[in-house]
Amino acid sequence: MTALQAHLPALQVVVPMLSAPLAMLLREHRLSWALATAASLCAFAIAISLTLSVIDTGGMRYLMGSWPAPFGIELGVDAMSALLLLIVTGASSLALIAGASSLDREIEVERQPLFYAAWLLALAGLCGILVTADAFNIFVFMEISALASYVLVAGGPDRRALPAVFKYLVMGTIGATFYLIGVGLIYLMTGTLNLDDIVYRIGEVAEVKPILIAAGFISVGLALKAAIFPLHVWLPNAYTFAPHVVTVFLAACSTKVALYVLLRFNFVVFKPYLEDHDLKFAIFLLPLSLLAILVGSAVAMFESNLKRMLAWSSVAQIGYITLGASLVSVAGLTASLLHIFNHALAKSALFLALACLAISVSKLRIENIGGIAKRMPWTMAAFLLAGLSLIGVPGTAGFVSKWYLITATFDSGPLGILLVAVIVVSSLMAVVYIWRVVECAYFRETDEAQSAREAPLMLLLPTWAAVLLNFYFGLFPGVPLELSSSAATLLLGQTP
Amino acid sequence: MTIVFGVFLLTLMLITAIAIVRTQNLFVAVMLSGIFSLLLASNFFLLDAADVALTEAAVGAGISTVLYLSALALSAENERAPYSSHRLIALAVVSVTALLVIYATFDQPRVGDPAAPVHQHVAPWYLEMTRDAIDIPNVVTAVLSSFRGYDTLGEVFVVFTAGIGVLFLLDKPGARHGGTQTVGRVRLRHYLIPRLVGRMLIPFILLFGLYVQFHGEYGPGGGFQAGALIAASIILYALLEGETRALQALPRRLLTLLIASGALLYGGVGVAGMLLGGNFLDYSVLASDPVKGQQLGIILIEAGVGITVTGVLLSVFHAFAARGRF
Amino acid sequence: MNFLGIYYYWVFAILLMVGFYAVIAKLNLIKKLIGLSLFQAAVFLLYITVGKVEGGTAPIFASAAGERLFSNPLPQVLILTAIVVGISTTALGLGIIVRIKEEYGTIEEQEIQEIDRQ
Repeated sequence: MTALQAHLPALQVVVPMLSAPLAMLLREHRLSWALATAASLCAFAIAISLTLSVIDTGGMRYLMGSWPAPFGIELGVDAMSALLLLIVTGASSLALIAGASSLDREIEVERQPLFYAAWLLALAGLCGILVTADAFNIFVFMEISALASYVLVAGGPDRRALPAVFKYLVMGTIGATFYLIGVGLIYLMTGTLNLDDIVYRIGEVAEVKPILIAAGFISVGLALKAAIFPLHVWLPNAYTFAPHVVTVFLAACSTKVALYVLLRFNFVVFKPYLEDHDLKFAIFLLPLSLLAILVGSAVAMFESNLKRMLAWSSVAQIGYITLGASLVSVAGLTASLLHIFNHALAKSALFLALACLAISVSKLRIENIGGIAKRMPWTMAAFLLAGLSLIGVPGTAGFVSKWYLITATFDSGPLGILLVAVIVVSSLMAVVYIWRVVECAYFRETDEAQSAREAPLMLLLPTWAAVLLNFYFGLFPGVPLELSSSAATLLLGQTP
Repeated sequence: MTIVFGVFLLTLMLITAIAIVRTQNLFVAVMLSGIFSLLLASNFFLLDAADVALTEAAVGAGISTVLYLSALALSAENERAPYSSHRLIALAVVSVTALLVIYATFDQPRVGDPAAPVHQHVAPWYLEMTRDAIDIPNVVTAVLSSFRGYDTLGEVFVVFTAGIGVLFLLDKPGARHGGTQTVGRVRLRHYLIPRLVGRMLIPFILLFGLYVQFHGEYGPGGGFQAGALIAASIILYALLEGETRALQALPRRLLTLLIASGALLYGGVGVAGMLLGGNFLDYSVLASDPVKGQQLGIILIEAGVGITVTGVLLSVFHAFAARGRF
Repeated sequence: MNFLGIYYYWVFAILLMVGFYAVIAKLNLIKKLIGLSLFQAAVFLLYITVGKVEGGTAPIFASAAGERLFSNPLPQVLILTAIVVGISTTALGLGIIVRIKEEYGTIEEQEIQEIDRQ
């Protein structure tokens, strides 16, 4: 058992990765679904086990090929990666279970084995980014997850998925290439790629300029991948036209993982070396975060396509996350990381509810769901409850992170009042866009809704699991909170 | 002399790049990109990167040109409106990026300075350890397949992802009102000289591919370049004899099997290292003598890379080619 | 050598500019993809330039042993990987373009947008 324990960081990536070719070879789509789900659940179990040992010991290291760091590639798991690993593997598992009854409507059965292989690769890529401690290795796994995500999004039945995915591909590749330029400049000045070693050796670099430019390139490249306002333009269409369960998976993870790398580089690598880096970081990020929050919520209020509405809400929520980070304090970062976790919970529950709706409603537009709550009570109740968490009603997970965010902004001086005002206003906007849907579903009538039937159990179960998790972590935020706060102290370089 | 040659190649490359962007004929643009890749490969060669030069030539000038041409046959040959209305914004964004890069290079160490930090830290260790722990002449192969073998595993899976992605996209039945000219029909069968020359070339390309595959430890080369070369020879065969003949020789199902088995072979070697008491991708435990184990591991994973790359490139080619027949 | 060294950096910057410009300003999807390849090629050149050691040779031990100066193998390894990533992205992009052409009948960005708006 202990021998296996030591290999867990590698297995976290290897299990989904090596399952992908197998999933492709299985010709029966049910079998390849079962394999993908099993691999994803296995990855989830590994993530839980890693989290437990991180809480126990503070972190794990693994040397690929037994070559010593910094010469070989090193893996490292700490509180921050454990938190995100939980989100990524958990969301993937829930979405895959829901996919069993949802995907057949969107993708022909003959093509499904390829689709599940791509899913596993996306999962492996995201896990790979989270466990590695090597700057170039991040690039490789970023590209695996990116290419696989393009394939997943392109699986959407609407032809508009194709231009959306092309835009996603172009912007994603620009982002990755920017990142590569930044890593190249760092390598040029330090001669190493291992993140810890970079931190150690960057202090000896005499010339600041290349590192400064590297910081710029890396930040912009990752901001593109993380859909930070105004680089979010690929996101709404990609989320809208992807197959429903793919939206669940991507909305919960892919942008968050890019944010993870962004925070890691800016706080761990650049902040100690570049003078006033945290100040510059905040000056850039703070206004963008506020704009993202306001613009994202405002557009969501007027959007009648339900998926696009939630996609715009994601733009706003990414704003909350970067807002917490731009406060550059332990409280702010804790709030930010906790919001990554809680937003993933709320958004995956909401998108899962939409996947349930899509079983009976051909077009997910607000005018088509009038009165649907009578026919699909469980689905709409799930949507309503998950919506409460997105708004941040006390008792839900969304409340906890917003509460931490508000307390953190109060600490940041006179500017704090303005920030709190923005948070409150945008929460009210969230009330508006969630309420529009709820009102329509409960108090209006349309013809299409009359023939609707409740979604199958296999879809409702994961949806409700996600909803209940929102409440569980709203009442008992212990584990994610502990992980977030120790990650925040880690990022700011203070001993916990 | 090298200076003159270097400056000449670089300038030619820049001119080609600008011509690629300016021309409105996509066919010309693709052909120029092939030339651009060859120039880039020559530059890499001047910069002592023999492996990279070989790869860039095989990939940029060979495979990617074939893929672009297949796609062009299915889409359009000319672009209509050359520029978007925001070309000024584009120019501004691009200029700022370039200025930043140039600003960064002011402080960069001189190119080729042996005392630069980049050559002091990790690189000497690789040179030394390749001799001691792996004992093969090609350091690039050693770093690629052992010291940073995990990156290469990732690279194989990137190729794998692209392969299943293209198959997934183009397996979709449905609307096919696209191409006017099909790859299936663009055969060289009716042209006597290309056909004769091509036929003579195929065995040599194939042989060279195999040589590159198994000689990667000693000279420039390895699984990826070999896969590209072998795929190129079979694509040439398909162009000469018709795609159906090529598919008879290597049916789709076999290609799919190749794609998966190469990736699994690589991963399997890694897992074997784990089961035999080492870490993932630790080849030293594969044989009683660690150095022999490393060499065995490298041969196996290079074979895995070659198999997957050949399979993916051929499948992608066939997927494009089949799309054109209706 | 010094002049050539600076020239390499400038060529990198200009190539980067040309490729990036094509990606942003061109409306034809294939042209965008070609621009993306140029953009990536510029980065490849940067890395390989960084790895060059003056008076060095390719990092392959010759049979006639003897201490020689070798260029840095690591950037070459990284770029081998990056080239492969680049061609994979191109292949996938072309696959998407072919499907767009089939569904929309065009590969010009503004025409696709017009069709979608209807």
